[in-house]
Amino acid sequence: MSREAQPVGAGDRPRAYDPAAPLTATGNLRRRQIFSKLTEFAATGAAFAAIAVLVIVVYTVIARGAGAISWDFITKSAPEGVAPALVGSAIIVGIGTLIAAPIGVLIALYLTQYAGGRAAGFVSMTMDVMNGLPAIIVGVFVFTFLVDTNGTVGLGQAGWIGGVALSIIMVPLIARGTQGVLRLIPKSQSEAADALGVARWRTVLSVILPSALGGILTVTILSIARAAGETAPLLLISSNASVDQVSINPFEAMANGPVRIYQLSEEANPAGFSEAWGLSLLFISFILFASLGARAMVARSKRKISS
Amino acid sequence: MNLPPSRVRIRVDQPIAPPSTNGNAILGAPGMTATAEGHWDVAPEVVFDSRDVSVFYGAKQALTGVNLGIRRGEITALIGPSGCGKTTFLRSLNRMNDSVPGFRIEGEILYHGHDIYGGNVDQVEVRRRIGMVFQKPNPFPKSIYDNVAWAPRNLGLRSGLAERVEKALRGAALWDEVKDRLKDSALGLSGGQQQRLCIARAIAIEPDVLLLDEPASALDPIATGAIEDLMHSLKGRFTIVIVTHNMQQAARVADRTAFFSLETGGEKPIGSLIEFDDTERIFGSPRDPRTRDYVTGRFG
Repeated sequence: MSREAQPVGAGDRPRAYDPAAPLTATGNLRRRQIFSKLTEFAATGAAFAAIAVLVIVVYTVIARGAGAISWDFITKSAPEGVAPALVGSAIIVGIGTLIAAPIGVLIALYLTQYAGGRAAGFVSMTMDVMNGLPAIIVGVFVFTFLVDTNGTVGLGQAGWIGGVALSIIMVPLIARGTQGVLRLIPKSQSEAADALGVARWRTVLSVILPSALGGILTVTILSIARAAGETAPLLLISSNASVDQVSINPFEAMANGPVRIYQLSEEANPAGFSEAWGLSLLFISFILFASLGARAMVARSKRKISS
Repeated sequence: MNLPPSRVRIRVDQPIAPPSTNGNAILGAPGMTATAEGHWDVAPEVVFDSRDVSVFYGAKQALTGVNLGIRRGEITALIGPSGCGKTTFLRSLNRMNDSVPGFRIEGEILYHGHDIYGGNVDQVEVRRRIGMVFQKPNPFPKSIYDNVAWAPRNLGLRSGLAERVEKALRGAALWDEVKDRLKDSALGLSGGQQQRLCIARAIAIEPDVLLLDEPASALDPIATGAIEDLMHSLKGRFTIVIVTHNMQQAARVADRTAFFSLETGGEKPIGSLIEFDDTERIFGSPRDPRTRDYVTGRFG
């Protein structure tokens, strides 16, 4: 008895395909397979294009900036070096971190430990909107309230106010990032602690935060890398500063990396361009190494929590 | 005794709530009298007295009309098919359900005469006296020693901490296996050892009651045997309530057994208590045909 003659089920209609035919794609399936391949190719291409952009940026900065880098460039003030900008950036970003890290971590604790579903959703959304806020708007806001001598407080330019502006940029990053880390901690951990009759805040301090510490550090480093490169707020808040000598006083305007890069590239001076590239190289290296280091730490703390 | 509640060693005749001014907080359960020393001299003494308890999750009723008395120093097993509300009932005994959205309870659960869900009852204090061990072992990602020492430290029981940890680990029949590696991570222990560590962690603060939610269901038969032996050795010192799917386990360890099932009174099935009696009676000569069907394996 041949295959074609066998009954094929209800209705006895013949199958739409021949079960004995070779198992290769033909007709409509063949067209779909080609389309699928094209889609895959385009998606892969897009991903590699993004990497290419980063490689080109890094290559350009290295090619034009490496020549400017020397020990004097890092340790001396203008005209030889950019030390005031490096020190100023460190202090401004440091102040921003001191403000943003505790607030961000507390927001994340609220979101994961205390808030109900609706409140948590609202606060999370607020954080995302804040994260998308253009930096220049943060700058104008802080300028109007704290810096502008016709404004509400009118303190004039100062490094610490730059830190405040950067903290507004950092808080949503730290809050959302820490929330992600805290979510990785199994619910059974806080349930175990609850069942032992220990108050929740003690559980947070001695079980939840220690488990999440690596992740919180990582998130903070990533937000530092992001804030260190923000130019727009500092143009308004900490730009009228001396670049001839290192200042560590945050109550006056402080030189800083992004603004210095901007100033150097605006100058009608070819040597200034090369210094701008050199300073750019220093910043891009810091951001790259901070990000890579932070990601390695994330992987490590994830292993630690889940093992 | 004017110390904060969490720093006071347990005396079972104390109210769970902070001392109230109206003097009505201390009420013994009916038929129970306390001597001047704080010891009960009427046996068998009831630790939990559940009166017409119904539990709801949002609009869904999970449990209806449970009347049940749990005696001091005994092991009480809660058995029944999945979804019959036995774990819900267990978690209601130390207010672990409070964090479940939509949880609502009707009726009352008296613990040594005090309403567990009373107005000025602090749930942290409830759990300090009524400990719980979960289905899946959940040690903290800390050392073995720190797992056991964590709760005593946070409850202010710092003096003699090392002895307390050793006593708890011995009590949980784990000491000999871990005494040489107390500083190692608890996550390196086997599943059965982790579960015994969780029991050690629970008994380190000397609770009055231990609630065990299917403590051996994730373990192999040898580890299960170790947990059952452990329950026998803890019996008397602690009042134990255990939820189990394993009927042989209930028959082996429990003094008394409660059989829960799903009842289709209205349109939706609701968990309810079918029969509660001595374990021998439940497995030997149950009064209710539904219990008989379940324990003999004829349940659908």
